[in-house]
Amino acid sequence: MIEVESLTKQFGSKLAVDNLSFTVKKGEVLGFLGPNGAGKSTTMRMITGFIPPSHGDAKVCGISITDNPRVAKTKIGYLPESAPLYNDMTVTGFLKFCASIRGLVGAERNDAVERAIETCFLGSVAKQSIDTLSKGYRHRTCLAQALLHDPEVLILDEPTDGLDPNQKYEVRQLIKRLGKTKAILFSTHILEEVEAACTRAVIVDRGRIVADGTPAELLEQSGTGSLTDLFREVTTRDTEAAA
Amino acid sequence: MHSSLTIYKRELASYFSQPTAYAIIVIFLLFSLGLTFTFGEFMRVGDSSLEWTFLFWHPWVYMLLAPAVGMKLWADEQRTGTIELLGTFPVSTWSAIAGKFLAASTVWLIALLLTFPIVITVNYLGNPDNGAILSGYLGSFFVCCTFLAITMLVSACTRDQVVCLIVSVSICVLLLLSGYDPVTRELSKIVSPAVLDGIVAFGVWDHFSSPNSGLFRLKDFVWFGSIIFVCLLGTSAILSAKRA
Repeated sequence: MIEVESLTKQFGSKLAVDNLSFTVKKGEVLGFLGPNGAGKSTTMRMITGFIPPSHGDAKVCGISITDNPRVAKTKIGYLPESAPLYNDMTVTGFLKFCASIRGLVGAERNDAVERAIETCFLGSVAKQSIDTLSKGYRHRTCLAQALLHDPEVLILDEPTDGLDPNQKYEVRQLIKRLGKTKAILFSTHILEEVEAACTRAVIVDRGRIVADGTPAELLEQSGTGSLTDLFREVTTRDTEAAA
Repeated sequence: MHSSLTIYKRELASYFSQPTAYAIIVIFLLFSLGLTFTFGEFMRVGDSSLEWTFLFWHPWVYMLLAPAVGMKLWADEQRTGTIELLGTFPVSTWSAIAGKFLAASTVWLIALLLTFPIVITVNYLGNPDNGAILSGYLGSFFVCCTFLAITMLVSACTRDQVVCLIVSVSICVLLLLSGYDPVTRELSKIVSPAVLDGIVAFGVWDHFSSPNSGLFRLKDFVWFGSIIFVCLLGTSAILSAKRA
Protein backbone atom coordinates (compact mmCIF):
# COMPACT_ATOMS: atom_id res chain seq x y z
CA MET A 1 0.00 0.00 0.00
CA ILE A 2 2.80 2.41 0.88
CA GLU A 3 6.06 1.69 -0.92
CA VAL A 4 8.90 4.05 -0.15
CA GLU A 5 11.83 3.63 -2.53
CA SER A 6 15.18 5.23 -1.70
CA LEU A 7 13.53 8.48 -0.67
CA THR A 8 16.06 11.28 -0.19
CA LYS A 9 15.66 14.91 0.81
CA GLN A 10 18.39 17.46 0.84
CA PHE A 11 17.85 20.94 2.30
CA GLY A 12 20.84 22.95 1.13
CA SER A 13 23.84 21.11 2.53
CA LYS A 14 21.80 19.24 5.12
CA LEU A 15 20.70 15.72 4.28
CA ALA A 16 17.36 15.38 6.07
CA VAL A 17 16.33 12.00 4.69
CA ASP A 18 18.98 9.65 3.37
CA ASN A 19 17.97 6.91 0.93
CA LEU A 20 15.05 5.64 3.00
CA SER A 21 13.14 2.54 1.84
CA PHE A 22 10.33 0.63 3.52
CA THR A 23 6.85 -0.68 2.79
CA VAL A 24 3.61 -0.72 4.74
CA LYS A 25 1.07 -3.34 3.72
CA LYS A 26 -2.67 -3.36 4.18
CA GLY A 27 -3.58 -4.33 7.73
CA GLU A 28 -0.24 -3.11 9.02
CA VAL A 29 0.38 -0.28 11.48
CA LEU A 30 3.93 0.95 11.17
CA GLY A 31 5.32 3.00 14.04
CA PHE A 32 7.85 5.56 12.88
CA LEU A 33 10.26 6.33 15.71
CA GLY A 34 13.28 8.51 16.04
CA PRO A 35 14.67 11.52 17.87
CA ASN A 36 13.62 15.06 16.97
CA GLY A 37 15.08 16.11 13.65
CA ALA A 38 15.60 12.51 12.47
CA GLY A 39 13.62 13.20 9.31
CA LYS A 40 10.28 11.64 10.29
CA SER A 41 8.09 14.61 9.38
CA THR A 42 10.08 15.30 6.21
CA THR A 43 9.55 11.70 5.10
CA MET A 44 5.83 11.95 5.78
CA ARG A 45 5.59 15.24 3.92
CA MET A 46 7.23 13.62 0.91
CA ILE A 47 4.93 10.60 0.96
CA THR A 48 1.86 12.87 1.15
CA GLY A 49 3.11 14.99 -1.73
CA PHE A 50 3.53 18.20 0.24
CA ILE A 51 7.22 18.50 -0.58
CA PRO A 52 8.97 16.92 -3.56
CA PRO A 53 11.77 14.42 -2.82
CA SER A 54 15.31 15.18 -4.02
CA HIS A 55 15.63 11.56 -5.15
CA GLY A 56 13.53 8.44 -4.98
CA ASP A 57 9.80 7.97 -5.00
CA ALA A 58 6.89 6.89 -2.85
CA LYS A 59 4.02 4.83 -4.20
CA VAL A 60 0.63 4.83 -2.56
CA CYS A 61 -1.61 1.96 -3.66
CA GLY A 62 0.79 1.56 -6.58
CA ILE A 63 0.44 5.21 -7.68
CA SER A 64 3.57 7.34 -7.70
CA ILE A 65 3.28 10.55 -5.70
CA THR A 66 5.81 12.30 -7.93
CA ASP A 67 4.33 11.23 -11.30
CA ASN A 68 0.66 11.33 -10.46
CA PRO A 69 0.22 13.41 -7.29
CA ARG A 70 -3.46 14.30 -7.81
CA VAL A 71 -4.60 10.68 -7.90
CA ALA A 72 -2.18 9.48 -5.23
CA LYS A 73 -3.38 12.20 -2.83
CA THR A 74 -6.96 10.93 -3.05
CA LYS A 75 -5.79 7.66 -1.45
CA ILE A 76 -4.18 9.32 1.56
CA GLY A 77 -5.52 10.72 4.79
CA TYR A 78 -2.93 12.92 6.49
CA LEU A 79 -2.68 14.44 9.94
CA PRO A 80 0.14 17.03 9.94
CA GLU A 81 2.27 17.44 13.04
CA SER A 82 0.79 20.67 14.37
CA ALA A 83 -2.80 19.71 13.47
CA PRO A 84 -3.43 22.91 11.50
CA LEU A 85 -7.03 24.11 11.15
CA TYR A 86 -8.93 27.11 9.81
CA ASN A 87 -9.72 28.88 13.06
CA ASP A 88 -12.56 30.98 11.68
CA MET A 89 -14.69 27.94 10.86
CA THR A 90 -16.87 25.66 12.95
CA VAL A 91 -15.89 22.00 13.30
CA THR A 92 -18.72 20.89 11.02
CA GLY A 93 -18.02 23.69 8.55
CA PHE A 94 -14.37 22.75 8.37
CA LEU A 95 -15.09 19.07 7.86
CA LYS A 96 -17.66 19.88 5.18
CA PHE A 97 -15.08 22.02 3.41
CA CYS A 98 -12.50 19.20 3.53
CA ALA A 99 -15.08 16.69 2.28
CA SER A 100 -16.07 18.97 -0.63
CA ILE A 101 -12.49 19.48 -1.64
CA ARG A 102 -12.11 15.69 -1.68
CA GLY A 103 -14.94 15.57 -4.19
CA LEU A 104 -17.72 14.40 -1.85
CA VAL A 105 -21.09 16.08 -2.48
CA GLY A 106 -24.63 16.13 -1.14
CA ALA A 107 -25.78 13.31 1.13
CA GLU A 108 -22.51 11.47 0.66
CA ARG A 109 -20.66 14.48 2.05
CA ASN A 110 -22.96 14.89 5.03
CA ASP A 111 -22.71 11.19 5.86
CA ALA A 112 -18.92 11.31 5.69
CA VAL A 113 -18.83 14.34 8.02
CA GLU A 114 -21.22 12.72 10.47
CA ARG A 115 -19.22 9.50 10.48
CA ALA A 116 -15.93 11.32 11.07
CA ILE A 117 -17.46 13.35 13.92
CA GLU A 118 -18.67 10.16 15.52
CA THR A 119 -15.40 8.27 15.05
CA CYS A 120 -13.37 11.07 16.62
CA PHE A 121 -15.87 11.87 19.43
CA LEU A 122 -16.50 15.42 18.26
CA GLY A 123 -20.28 15.43 18.69
CA SER A 124 -20.25 17.84 21.63
CA VAL A 125 -18.22 20.50 19.78
CA ALA A 126 -19.53 20.02 16.24
CA LYS A 127 -21.19 23.44 16.11
CA GLN A 128 -18.39 25.21 17.96
CA SER A 129 -15.93 27.60 16.36
CA ILE A 130 -12.49 26.00 15.99
CA ASP A 131 -10.62 28.83 17.74
CA THR A 132 -12.50 28.04 20.97
CA LEU A 133 -11.42 24.38 21.03
CA SER A 134 -8.93 22.84 23.45
CA LYS A 135 -5.82 21.17 22.07
CA GLY A 136 -7.25 17.67 22.32
CA TYR A 137 -10.32 18.62 20.32
CA ARG A 138 -8.24 20.48 17.75
CA HIS A 139 -6.12 17.40 17.25
CA ARG A 140 -9.13 15.17 16.86
CA THR A 141 -10.77 17.60 14.43
CA CYS A 142 -7.70 17.40 12.24
CA LEU A 143 -7.72 13.62 12.59
CA ALA A 144 -11.38 13.57 11.54
CA GLN A 145 -10.42 15.49 8.42
CA ALA A 146 -7.98 12.69 7.51
CA LEU A 147 -10.70 10.03 7.80
CA LEU A 148 -13.46 11.74 5.81
CA HIS A 149 -12.90 10.06 2.47
CA ASP A 150 -12.23 6.66 4.06
CA PRO A 151 -8.69 6.53 2.65
CA GLU A 152 -6.78 3.30 2.13
CA VAL A 153 -3.64 4.86 3.58
CA LEU A 154 -3.35 6.93 6.75
CA ILE A 155 -0.30 8.99 7.55
CA LEU A 156 -0.37 10.45 11.04
CA ASP A 157 2.38 12.70 12.32
CA GLU A 158 2.43 12.41 16.11
CA PRO A 159 -1.30 11.75 16.46
CA THR A 160 -1.16 11.53 20.25
CA ASP A 161 1.02 14.58 20.87
CA GLY A 162 -0.50 16.96 23.41
CA LEU A 163 -3.39 14.69 24.35
CA ASP A 164 -4.28 13.70 27.89
CA PRO A 165 -3.90 10.01 28.89
CA ASN A 166 -7.56 9.24 28.19
CA GLN A 167 -7.43 10.80 24.76
CA LYS A 168 -4.14 9.05 24.01
CA TYR A 169 -5.74 5.74 24.86
CA GLU A 170 -8.74 6.48 22.62
CA VAL A 171 -6.59 7.51 19.67
CA ARG A 172 -4.41 4.41 20.03
CA GLN A 173 -7.51 2.22 20.06
CA LEU A 174 -8.74 4.06 16.99
CA ILE A 175 -5.45 3.52 15.16
CA LYS A 176 -5.51 -0.15 16.07
CA ARG A 177 -9.09 -0.51 14.85
CA LEU A 178 -8.50 1.36 11.58
CA GLY A 179 -5.25 -0.53 11.03
CA LYS A 180 -7.13 -3.75 10.38
CA THR A 181 -8.40 -2.50 7.02
CA LYS A 182 -5.89 0.21 6.11
CA ALA A 183 -2.17 0.78 5.88
CA ILE A 184 -1.14 3.19 8.62
CA LEU A 185 2.14 5.00 9.10
CA PHE A 186 2.37 7.01 12.28
CA SER A 187 5.21 8.74 14.02
CA THR A 188 5.61 9.03 17.76
CA HIS A 189 8.07 9.75 20.54
CA ILE A 190 6.24 7.56 23.00
CA LEU A 191 7.80 4.16 22.92
CA GLU A 192 5.02 2.43 24.82
CA GLU A 193 2.74 3.27 21.89
CA VAL A 194 4.72 0.89 19.73
CA GLU A 195 3.66 -2.05 21.85
CA ALA A 196 0.14 -0.69 22.27
CA ALA A 197 -0.74 -0.01 18.65
CA CYS A 198 1.91 -1.08 16.11
CA THR A 199 2.33 -4.29 14.21
CA ARG A 200 5.81 -3.16 13.18
CA ALA A 201 8.16 -0.32 13.96
CA VAL A 202 11.18 1.32 12.40
CA ILE A 203 13.60 3.61 14.18
CA VAL A 204 15.17 6.33 12.05
CA ASP A 205 18.18 8.39 12.97
CA ARG A 206 19.66 11.19 10.91
CA GLY A 207 17.58 10.20 7.89
CA ARG A 208 18.44 6.48 7.94
CA ILE A 209 16.69 3.38 9.25
CA VAL A 210 18.64 1.98 12.18
CA ALA A 211 16.19 -0.65 13.43
CA ASP A 212 13.22 -2.42 11.87
CA GLY A 213 10.98 -5.19 13.19
CA THR A 214 7.87 -6.21 15.08
CA PRO A 215 7.67 -4.91 18.66
CA ALA A 216 8.67 -8.39 19.91
CA GLU A 217 11.70 -8.50 17.62
CA LEU A 218 12.80 -5.05 18.69
CA LEU A 219 12.49 -5.98 22.35
CA GLU A 220 14.63 -9.03 21.71
CA GLN A 221 17.18 -6.95 19.82
CA SER A 222 17.47 -4.58 22.77
CA GLY A 223 18.85 -7.36 24.93
CA THR A 224 17.39 -5.79 28.04
CA GLY A 225 13.72 -6.08 27.04
CA SER A 226 13.30 -2.34 26.99
CA LEU A 227 12.58 -0.32 23.88
CA THR A 228 14.02 2.76 25.55
CA ASP A 229 17.40 1.04 25.86
CA LEU A 230 17.32 0.07 22.19
CA PHE A 231 16.27 3.59 21.19
CA ARG A 232 19.13 5.13 23.17
CA GLU A 233 21.59 2.65 21.76
CA VAL A 234 20.80 3.05 18.06
CA THR A 235 20.08 6.77 17.83
CA THR A 236 22.46 9.68 18.09
CA ARG A 237 22.03 11.99 21.03
CA ASP A 238 22.05 15.74 20.51
CA THR A 239 25.18 16.01 22.59
CA GLU A 240 27.03 13.49 20.41
CA ALA A 241 25.82 15.09 17.20
CA ALA A 242 27.14 18.44 18.32
CA ALA A 243 30.52 16.98 19.24
CA MET B 1 -12.88 23.83 -11.23
CA HIS B 2 -14.89 22.18 -8.47
CA SER B 3 -12.07 22.61 -5.98
CA SER B 4 -11.61 26.26 -6.97
CA LEU B 5 -15.27 26.83 -6.21
CA THR B 6 -14.96 25.09 -2.83
CA ILE B 7 -11.95 27.21 -1.90
CA TYR B 8 -13.69 30.34 -3.22
CA LYS B 9 -16.70 29.69 -1.00
CA ARG B 10 -14.55 29.05 2.06
CA GLU B 11 -12.52 32.21 1.58
CA LEU B 12 -15.57 34.36 0.95
CA ALA B 13 -17.32 32.93 4.01
CA SER B 14 -14.19 33.61 6.04
CA TYR B 15 -14.23 37.31 5.02
CA PHE B 16 -17.84 37.67 6.10
CA SER B 17 -17.69 35.51 9.24
CA GLN B 18 -15.12 37.95 10.62
CA PRO B 19 -15.26 41.75 10.76
CA THR B 20 -12.75 42.11 7.87
CA ALA B 21 -15.14 42.45 4.95
CA TYR B 22 -17.60 44.68 6.82
CA ALA B 23 -14.86 47.01 8.03
CA ILE B 24 -13.32 47.26 4.57
CA ILE B 25 -16.63 47.89 2.84
CA VAL B 26 -17.76 50.52 5.35
CA ILE B 27 -14.42 52.35 5.27
CA PHE B 28 -14.31 52.21 1.48
CA LEU B 29 -17.80 53.71 1.23
CA LEU B 30 -16.98 56.42 3.78
CA PHE B 31 -13.76 57.40 2.07
CA SER B 32 -14.86 57.20 -1.57
CA LEU B 33 -18.08 59.12 -0.94
CA GLY B 34 -16.48 61.42 1.63
CA LEU B 35 -13.80 62.45 -0.86
CA THR B 36 -16.47 62.99 -3.54
CA PHE B 37 -18.28 65.55 -1.42
CA THR B 38 -15.16 67.26 -0.04
CA PHE B 39 -12.11 67.35 -2.31
CA GLY B 40 -14.13 66.12 -5.29
CA GLU B 41 -16.42 69.15 -4.87
CA PHE B 42 -19.35 67.16 -6.22
CA MET B 43 -21.96 69.80 -5.34
CA ARG B 44 -20.02 72.78 -6.69
CA VAL B 45 -18.74 71.31 -9.96
CA GLY B 46 -22.12 69.98 -11.01
CA ASP B 47 -20.56 67.28 -13.23
CA SER B 48 -22.75 64.22 -13.61
CA SER B 49 -20.08 62.01 -15.22
CA LEU B 50 -18.53 60.93 -11.85
CA GLU B 51 -15.12 60.79 -13.57
CA TRP B 52 -13.29 63.40 -11.48
CA THR B 53 -15.64 63.78 -8.57
CA PHE B 54 -15.98 60.12 -7.58
CA LEU B 55 -14.07 57.47 -9.57
CA PHE B 56 -10.85 59.50 -9.56
CA TRP B 57 -10.51 58.84 -5.81
CA HIS B 58 -10.87 55.05 -6.02
CA PRO B 59 -7.24 54.13 -6.73
CA TRP B 60 -6.16 56.24 -3.73
CA VAL B 61 -8.46 54.33 -1.43
CA TYR B 62 -7.54 50.95 -2.96
CA MET B 63 -3.88 51.73 -2.44
CA LEU B 64 -4.44 51.34 1.32
CA LEU B 65 -7.43 49.03 1.53
CA ALA B 66 -6.86 46.44 -1.23
CA PRO B 67 -3.73 45.07 0.51
CA ALA B 68 -5.73 44.86 3.74
CA VAL B 69 -8.13 42.46 2.03
CA GLY B 70 -5.43 40.42 0.30
CA MET B 71 -2.76 40.24 3.00
CA LYS B 72 -4.11 37.18 4.76
CA LEU B 73 -4.59 35.07 1.63
CA TRP B 74 -1.33 33.12 1.84
CA ALA B 75 0.42 34.71 4.83
CA ASP B 76 -2.17 33.31 7.23
CA GLU B 77 -2.15 29.95 5.52
CA GLN B 78 1.62 29.74 6.08
CA ARG B 79 1.52 31.05 9.63
CA THR B 80 -1.10 28.57 10.84
CA GLY B 81 0.29 25.68 8.78
CA THR B 82 -3.00 25.05 6.97
CA ILE B 83 -0.97 25.28 3.77
CA GLU B 84 0.14 21.75 4.60
CA LEU B 85 -3.49 20.61 4.48
CA LEU B 86 -4.09 22.45 1.23
CA GLY B 87 -0.88 21.01 -0.23
CA THR B 88 -1.91 17.44 0.54
CA PHE B 89 -5.49 17.73 -0.71
CA PRO B 90 -5.92 16.52 -4.29
CA VAL B 91 -6.08 20.08 -5.66
CA SER B 92 -3.66 22.02 -7.83
CA THR B 93 -1.97 25.17 -6.56
CA TRP B 94 -3.66 27.02 -9.40
CA SER B 95 -7.17 26.19 -8.30
CA ALA B 96 -6.33 27.41 -4.78
CA ILE B 97 -4.84 30.63 -6.18
CA ALA B 98 -7.86 31.20 -8.43
CA GLY B 99 -10.34 30.51 -5.64
CA LYS B 100 -8.62 32.85 -3.21
CA PHE B 101 -8.13 35.63 -5.74
CA LEU B 102 -11.74 35.52 -6.88
CA ALA B 103 -12.99 35.56 -3.28
CA ALA B 104 -10.99 38.72 -2.49
CA SER B 105 -12.19 40.31 -5.75
CA THR B 106 -15.76 39.49 -4.82
CA VAL B 107 -15.45 41.43 -1.55
CA TRP B 108 -14.44 44.44 -3.62
CA LEU B 109 -17.13 43.88 -6.20
CA ILE B 110 -19.69 44.02 -3.38
CA ALA B 111 -18.09 47.19 -2.02
CA LEU B 112 -18.24 48.81 -5.46
CA LEU B 113 -21.83 47.75 -6.07
CA LEU B 114 -22.82 49.32 -2.76
CA THR B 115 -21.86 52.75 -4.11
CA PHE B 116 -24.99 52.56 -6.32
CA PRO B 117 -26.75 55.51 -4.59
CA ILE B 118 -24.28 57.92 -6.19
CA VAL B 119 -25.19 56.59 -9.65
CA ILE B 120 -28.87 57.01 -8.88
CA THR B 121 -28.15 60.52 -7.58
CA VAL B 122 -26.39 61.72 -10.76
CA ASN B 123 -29.11 60.19 -12.90
CA TYR B 124 -31.72 62.01 -10.83
CA LEU B 125 -29.88 65.34 -10.83
CA GLY B 126 -28.46 65.31 -14.33
CA ASN B 127 -28.23 63.40 -17.55
CA PRO B 128 -24.98 61.39 -17.46
CA ASP B 129 -23.63 58.92 -20.02
CA ASN B 130 -24.24 55.69 -18.12
CA GLY B 131 -22.04 53.74 -20.51
CA ALA B 132 -19.11 55.94 -19.52
CA ILE B 133 -19.93 55.47 -15.83
CA LEU B 134 -20.00 51.69 -16.30
CA SER B 135 -16.66 51.86 -18.12
CA GLY B 136 -15.26 53.91 -15.22
CA TYR B 137 -16.51 51.37 -12.70
CA LEU B 138 -14.92 48.57 -14.71
CA GLY B 139 -11.62 50.44 -14.83
CA SER B 140 -11.82 51.03 -11.10
CA PHE B 141 -12.50 47.34 -10.44
CA PHE B 142 -9.53 46.36 -12.57
CA VAL B 143 -7.23 48.71 -10.66
CA CYS B 144 -8.41 47.05 -7.47
CA CYS B 145 -7.86 43.53 -8.86
CA THR B 146 -4.35 44.54 -9.93
CA PHE B 147 -3.56 45.69 -6.39
CA LEU B 148 -5.04 42.49 -4.99
CA ALA B 149 -2.90 40.36 -7.29
CA ILE B 150 0.22 42.25 -6.17
CA THR B 151 -0.77 41.73 -2.53
CA MET B 152 -1.31 38.04 -3.16
CA LEU B 153 2.18 37.71 -4.61
CA VAL B 154 3.67 39.46 -1.58
CA SER B 155 1.59 37.36 0.80
CA ALA B 156 3.02 34.18 -0.73
CA CYS B 157 6.49 35.42 0.25
CA THR B 158 5.84 35.96 3.95
CA ARG B 159 3.96 34.47 6.85
CA ASP B 160 3.69 37.87 8.51
CA GLN B 161 0.57 39.81 7.57
CA VAL B 162 1.98 43.16 8.75
CA VAL B 163 5.07 42.79 6.55
CA CYS B 164 2.80 41.82 3.67
CA LEU B 165 0.61 44.89 4.24
CA ILE B 166 3.54 47.32 4.38
CA VAL B 167 5.29 45.92 1.32
CA SER B 168 2.12 45.68 -0.77
CA VAL B 169 0.98 49.20 0.12
CA SER B 170 4.42 50.52 -0.85
CA ILE B 171 4.26 48.82 -4.25
CA CYS B 172 0.73 50.12 -4.83
CA VAL B 173 1.79 53.67 -3.85
CA LEU B 174 4.65 53.44 -6.32
CA LEU B 175 2.35 52.26 -9.12
CA LEU B 176 -0.04 55.07 -8.32
CA LEU B 177 2.52 57.85 -8.11
CA SER B 178 4.31 56.94 -11.33
CA GLY B 179 2.18 58.60 -13.95
CA TYR B 180 0.32 60.86 -11.52
CA ASP B 181 0.51 64.32 -13.13
CA PRO B 182 2.16 66.36 -10.34
CA VAL B 183 4.82 63.65 -9.94
CA THR B 184 5.34 63.42 -13.72
CA ARG B 185 5.90 67.19 -13.89
CA GLU B 186 8.59 67.02 -11.21
CA LEU B 187 10.21 63.97 -12.78
CA SER B 188 10.37 65.61 -16.22
CA LYS B 189 12.91 68.04 -14.78
CA ILE B 190 15.30 65.21 -13.82
CA VAL B 191 14.91 62.29 -16.26
CA SER B 192 14.97 62.04 -20.05
CA PRO B 193 11.62 61.96 -21.93
CA ALA B 194 12.08 58.31 -22.94
CA VAL B 195 12.55 57.22 -19.32
CA LEU B 196 9.62 59.37 -18.28
CA ASP B 197 7.38 57.71 -20.88
CA GLY B 198 8.39 54.34 -19.50
CA ILE B 199 7.56 55.40 -15.95
CA VAL B 200 4.19 56.83 -16.99
CA ALA B 201 3.26 53.70 -18.96
CA PHE B 202 4.17 51.62 -15.90
CA GLY B 203 1.83 53.57 -13.63
CA VAL B 204 -1.84 53.08 -12.97
CA TRP B 205 -3.15 56.44 -14.21
CA ASP B 206 -2.10 55.95 -17.82
CA HIS B 207 -4.40 52.91 -17.91
CA PHE B 208 -7.15 54.03 -15.57
CA SER B 209 -7.84 57.49 -17.06
CA SER B 210 -9.17 56.20 -20.38
CA PRO B 211 -11.75 53.70 -19.10
CA ASN B 212 -12.60 56.29 -16.47
CA SER B 213 -13.42 58.83 -19.18
CA GLY B 214 -15.50 56.25 -21.00
CA LEU B 215 -12.83 55.27 -23.52
CA PHE B 216 -12.54 51.51 -23.60
CA ARG B 217 -9.02 50.77 -24.86
CA LEU B 218 -7.89 47.18 -25.30
CA LYS B 219 -4.30 48.01 -24.33
CA ASP B 220 -5.37 49.15 -20.87
CA PHE B 221 -7.08 45.88 -20.14
CA VAL B 222 -4.10 44.00 -21.52
CA TRP B 223 -1.98 45.96 -19.03
CA PHE B 224 -4.25 45.12 -16.08
CA GLY B 225 -4.63 41.54 -17.27
CA SER B 226 -0.91 40.93 -17.69
CA ILE B 227 0.01 42.37 -14.28
CA ILE B 228 -2.64 40.21 -12.64
CA PHE B 229 -1.54 37.14 -14.59
CA VAL B 230 2.16 37.66 -13.86
CA CYS B 231 1.43 38.15 -10.14
CA LEU B 232 -0.65 34.98 -9.93
CA LEU B 233 1.99 33.07 -11.88
CA GLY B 234 4.62 34.43 -9.48
CA THR B 235 2.48 33.35 -6.52
CA SER B 236 2.36 29.81 -7.84
CA ALA B 237 6.12 29.80 -8.47
CA ILE B 238 6.92 31.10 -4.99
CA LEU B 239 4.61 28.62 -3.28
CA SER B 240 6.22 25.72 -5.16
CA ALA B 241 9.72 27.01 -4.54
CA LYS B 242 9.03 27.35 -0.81
CA ARG B 243 8.12 23.69 -0.54
CA ALA B 244 11.15 22.37 -2.41
